[in-house]
Amino acid sequence: MSYKQFEAIEKHAGLLGILTAVMVSIGGLAEITPLFMEAHAVKAPATVKPYDPVRLAGRDIYVREGCYLCHSQMIRALRAETQRYGHYSIAEESVYDRPFQWGSKRTGPDLARVGGKYSDLWHELHMTNPRQVVPESNMPGYPWLTKTKLDAADIQARMRGLRKLGDPYTDADIASVPGAVKDKTEMQALIAYLQGLGIKNEPVAAGTGASAPASDGGEP
Amino acid sequence: MPNTEYYHDRVVRLFLLAAAVWGIIGMSVGVYAAAELMWPALNFDIPWLTFSRIRPDHTFGVIFAFGGSALMGTCYYVVQRTGHTRLALPNLALMTFWGWQLVCVLAMTTMPLGITQSKEYAEPEWFVDILIAVVWVSFGVVFFATLARRRIKHIYVANWYYGAFIIAVGLLHIVNNIALPVSLTKSYPVYSGVVDAMVQWWYGHNAVAFFLTAGFLGMMYYFVPRQAQQPLWSYRFSIVNFWALISVYMWAGSHHLMYTALPDWVQSVGMAFSLILLMPSWGSAANGLLTFNGSWSKLKTDPAAKFMVLALVFYAAATFEGSMMAIKTVNSLSHYTDWTIAHVHSGSIGWVAMITIGSLYAMAPRALGQEAMYSRAGMELHFWLHLSGLLLYVGSMWTAGVTEGLMWRATNADGSLTYSFLDSLIAIKPMYLIRWFGGVLVLSGMVVMAWNLWHTAADARARLIKPIPVPIPEPEPHQVPAPLPAAG
Repeated sequence: MSYKQFEAIEKHAGLLGILTAVMVSIGGLAEITPLFMEAHAVKAPATVKPYDPVRLAGRDIYVREGCYLCHSQMIRALRAETQRYGHYSIAEESVYDRPFQWGSKRTGPDLARVGGKYSDLWHELHMTNPRQVVPESNMPGYPWLTKTKLDAADIQARMRGLRKLGDPYTDADIASVPGAVKDKTEMQALIAYLQGLGIKNEPVAAGTGASAPASDGGEP
Repeated sequence: MPNTEYYHDRVVRLFLLAAAVWGIIGMSVGVYAAAELMWPALNFDIPWLTFSRIRPDHTFGVIFAFGGSALMGTCYYVVQRTGHTRLALPNLALMTFWGWQLVCVLAMTTMPLGITQSKEYAEPEWFVDILIAVVWVSFGVVFFATLARRRIKHIYVANWYYGAFIIAVGLLHIVNNIALPVSLTKSYPVYSGVVDAMVQWWYGHNAVAFFLTAGFLGMMYYFVPRQAQQPLWSYRFSIVNFWALISVYMWAGSHHLMYTALPDWVQSVGMAFSLILLMPSWGSAANGLLTFNGSWSKLKTDPAAKFMVLALVFYAAATFEGSMMAIKTVNSLSHYTDWTIAHVHSGSIGWVAMITIGSLYAMAPRALGQEAMYSRAGMELHFWLHLSGLLLYVGSMWTAGVTEGLMWRATNADGSLTYSFLDSLIAIKPMYLIRWFGGVLVLSGMVVMAWNLWHTAADARARLIKPIPVPIPEPEPHQVPAPLPAAG
């Protein structure tokens, strides 16, 4: 291109703005559009269910407290990771996570498959004051979680919102909320959420129909 | 033609004040958060004082409140000077100031209360997001309307970067924050799982690209030649770098998701473009540094120039590190560790904060009607506090990050893992103490700057400032940059 063409861009603010907008759009379009299209084809495996009311409340408490800032929920496909945390995470496992909770920093360990590794009581003691059970821990305490009860109407509103976005909640699911969350504290909801993480949604080994043990990091 | 037009600098002065205040607030939150990682009891069991609640306040406070105020203020300053015109729509410009301050106050008060989307660097909930979009569009309108009434036909390159910053950040903000509100304080994004991850890191990485890079490069391209009293080393090179930078950056977001459940091809594309990105990044850094040719002696006499030169060195260092960390093999070690934290702060305390501080020291006396800053010793002190704090910070976090990465992957001869997760935390605790101390030094430098600005602004407070007339008619005989050659 001779200088003349450059000159046109350099002297017309509108043209400069439009070309800038075009150039910055290409990369995102190229990478996000295929994923967006694919997302409609990716179906959750039968074992991955939308969060039940208590776990949904727990997930939103996890978001509210900012747990994702120190805990990832994404086991990478690397040997040391699968050995420490279990089978690597797959895309289908997070289809109901709005927003995704993969995280970006591990000040604490990964939680993608923490479900069932500790007792409910351990979690409660740990979140009330982590140093009761792990003296060297630098995690903050979250004792206020035991003081607040869940609000059924709020959770129902959330489930209706999620249904609009495509999560398969039925009217019966939404109607069941008051009974399910009655007298439950935020601490109980968060523990229920954590205990459900990675449970029963590990990929099933192809052909055998049997689930590969998490610690082997077997092929999906 | 009678000279009746004056630069509209009041809004610039307001943003300058806001940048100084938010800088101190944002960095104070950071220092406190760093202390909590060392001494976790410091949250005193108060929800809004807890690390996980205030960490977004630190990032929003320094990026959007401090950085945003500095960018908008310098943008309004630069677009007037390079176009030889006053701001178009001065009332709308003033509204963007108050609007942005409202955004910052709302975001900074709601996030510690747990009102958050939990998308990194896009935490504020939907009602703040709408306000951000309104203010941002107004900012763009003022900027482009001012460009439209410029008297210098050629648009100086600093404005290209400011323009790309405005366009891209608007696009990123809107696409990433599309959500369905379910109550006043809670919304769910329309994306879920892997798509949400890709959209979020397309946003997250390009918030770095266009907020923390393109915007600050705009600042650099005006204030570095101004302070060096030299023409830009190569104007053509700055333009080549511009197109390369804005188009390549947008591809690189997926390097935040290496070895995750994101499809492999997206990871590899992200890695390839991250490596290509090194070229325009180093091109810009070299262009800025070489502009000091013939003026290197200013480093002895002018602390603002020192800040700028070190900023460019750290820009080159951080972009090199970023490209290397995007290589899958390196990323498998560095990801999830404090190496990421070191990288971010080498970019933010090194590049972003130093080019901002250098530019503020260059702009403040002119915008405040003074010959120079109130105290040169204060500037010197700030420089050394900032630099030593920065080195302690990134040095300790590099050490911590590599330690974590190596300990997490270490295995015994029989193939079992050598260390528990807790072992790695215990190993890096001393580094958390050094990091905290480095943060304290950087923060105290900012307090020195605020004190210095306060005294420099004495005339402004007393309303004694004479407005600066816009040079008319054009073309100026000493136009910077020199007019380009005629076509052909």
